[in-house]
Amino acid sequence: MLIFVIRRSLQSVIVLFVMSLLVFVGVYAVGNPIDILISPQADQIDRERAIASLGLDKPLWAQYLSFLHGALGGDLGRSFVHSTSALKLIVERMPATMELALAAMVIAIILGIPLGLWAGLRPQSVAGRSIMAGSILGFSLPTFWVGLMLIMVFSVMLGWLPSNGRGPTIELFGLIPVSFLSLDGWKHLIMPATNLALFNLALLIRLTRAGAHEALLQDYVKFARAKGLTNRRVIGVHVLRNILIPVVTVIGLQFGALIGFAIVTETVFAWPGMGKLLIDSINFLDRPVIVAYLLVIVTIFIVINLVVDILYSALDPRVRLTETKG
Amino acid sequence: MNTVVTPVATPANESERAVETPFRRIVNDFFANPVAMFGFGLLCVLIFAAIFAPLISPQNPYDLAQIDVVDGKLPPGSKSPAGGTFWLGTDDQGRDMLSAIFYGLRISIAVGAISTVFALVIGLAMGLTAAYFGGRLETLIMRIVDIQLSFPTILIALILIAVLGQGTGKVITALVAVQWAYYARTVRSAALVEKRKEYIEAAKCLALSPARIVFRHLLPNCLPPLIVVATVQVAAAIALEATLSFLGLGLPITEPSLGLLIANGYQYLLSGKYWISFFPGIALLLTIVSINLVADQLRDVLNPRLQR
Repeated sequence: MLIFVIRRSLQSVIVLFVMSLLVFVGVYAVGNPIDILISPQADQIDRERAIASLGLDKPLWAQYLSFLHGALGGDLGRSFVHSTSALKLIVERMPATMELALAAMVIAIILGIPLGLWAGLRPQSVAGRSIMAGSILGFSLPTFWVGLMLIMVFSVMLGWLPSNGRGPTIELFGLIPVSFLSLDGWKHLIMPATNLALFNLALLIRLTRAGAHEALLQDYVKFARAKGLTNRRVIGVHVLRNILIPVVTVIGLQFGALIGFAIVTETVFAWPGMGKLLIDSINFLDRPVIVAYLLVIVTIFIVINLVVDILYSALDPRVRLTETKG
Repeated sequence: MNTVVTPVATPANESERAVETPFRRIVNDFFANPVAMFGFGLLCVLIFAAIFAPLISPQNPYDLAQIDVVDGKLPPGSKSPAGGTFWLGTDDQGRDMLSAIFYGLRISIAVGAISTVFALVIGLAMGLTAAYFGGRLETLIMRIVDIQLSFPTILIALILIAVLGQGTGKVITALVAVQWAYYARTVRSAALVEKRKEYIEAAKCLALSPARIVFRHLLPNCLPPLIVVATVQVAAAIALEATLSFLGLGLPITEPSLGLLIANGYQYLLSGKYWISFFPGIALLLTIVSINLVADQLRDVLNPRLQR
């Protein structure tokens, strides 16, 4: 187990290094941020001074080495646009994205698992069939368009919810600014979170249904029924526990995907998170922020994958962590 | 087949069975499901509208002589000055939304189909290479696939757009780069199963060339799962392109896909002019749903375990 964690961590460092090289070279090969950042009226001397102050006059390998040197010390470069540390910009925006992704995950879980169980236990009923039809829609609907339609219905037509932005934030433990502690914060959060949750909701419904469908045919369920256990106990304990293994894995892996897809939702609802920062940075060719964002995201993904693998082995004793996986 | 006929089996039934080719069986099975038939019909209508957009559109939405800003932002059902009706309203430039949607559908479907074909070919080559030759090459290819598939598609596409810059060709490149891994994985796992079967062994014993074995024997038997994945991926590519275009990082304004039409209507949504975003979204939704319905049925029909 310990060896597994060590090996995986080493692999992760290699992946991170390769990613940093690819992304750095790739991002730095396109466009010229000077054209965007400096007004066309600036004279040659101003131009050169600006290029030198951003470190853009050095050759690419020298730029990469100085970036790498800084990165090892936790400095991922300074934003061209905001002239502050790129990492700091991202860390400032991270709680907003995390809150959104967590809220979406909670919505998907508390709705998806019961609905999926229902559809799995009564596959031929009208409710079961409509749940499954709804889940196909959940897969097919383009996220950003659903977001627009939510705004149209709940903000423009009904006027119940604000159409964009994040509500007032309250510092949780005096550290992390969160918005779910106030009513206004909730009003801002609920619509983007629901929008982001849709895909995972559909996924969890399908997964739970398939699991329940399969588990009901197993001998241990027949045995539990033969013992005379109540229906409630058979479903709640015997069926549900065995469904949970794949469900937990998917929840874990999908959390990363949620952070990725939050880019779209954040843009639709003008939610001030990391994803919106990325889109703005791409538009402004703010290279350090793009590179820093990607490295942060890759790190998050690596950590999530590792945690899921460990959780998986903890939940299912049949799975042993070996060196071949990963 | 012609040995013992059980008394219960009627001769008519037998002869019917005999002429049934695999292709005909698949077609028959496919249309046995009314939902799939609906999906297929809808898809045909959409593709027809896309191909013949210039012929069936009430106006050419990108011909400046035919549009007038005065007609801008008219609600659905308004009369046009030329005597026609804007059934789905007009956008801010006075374009008929119905015509814009036909043209947008054309671009969206074309981009989705082209990127799928390229991704399919690359993924197929990679997957077959990995499965047939094995060894270090296989480890390398599959490791790249694994790493790529552990990231959400939108993120990879955005990185590539950030690196490559914008433009139609670049969007297609990004879509191909995002999707090839799905095909490579599918082909490899199918090919690994087929490789161990006796017909491949027989082909090897006949001293056929590796190319012949791979393309004439291995490949056709790996196709069914690949067709299913390709169908699903066309829908995914269309959705992804729409998302990129919506974010302003996809196709240029000169190639107005459905995603761009929706993005264009975004700013008017808050003032209650819903139709500019709503109808292109419905067209996008119908396209994706119809493709998914077809894919769902193909999966059942092509799955040998579910065959009669």
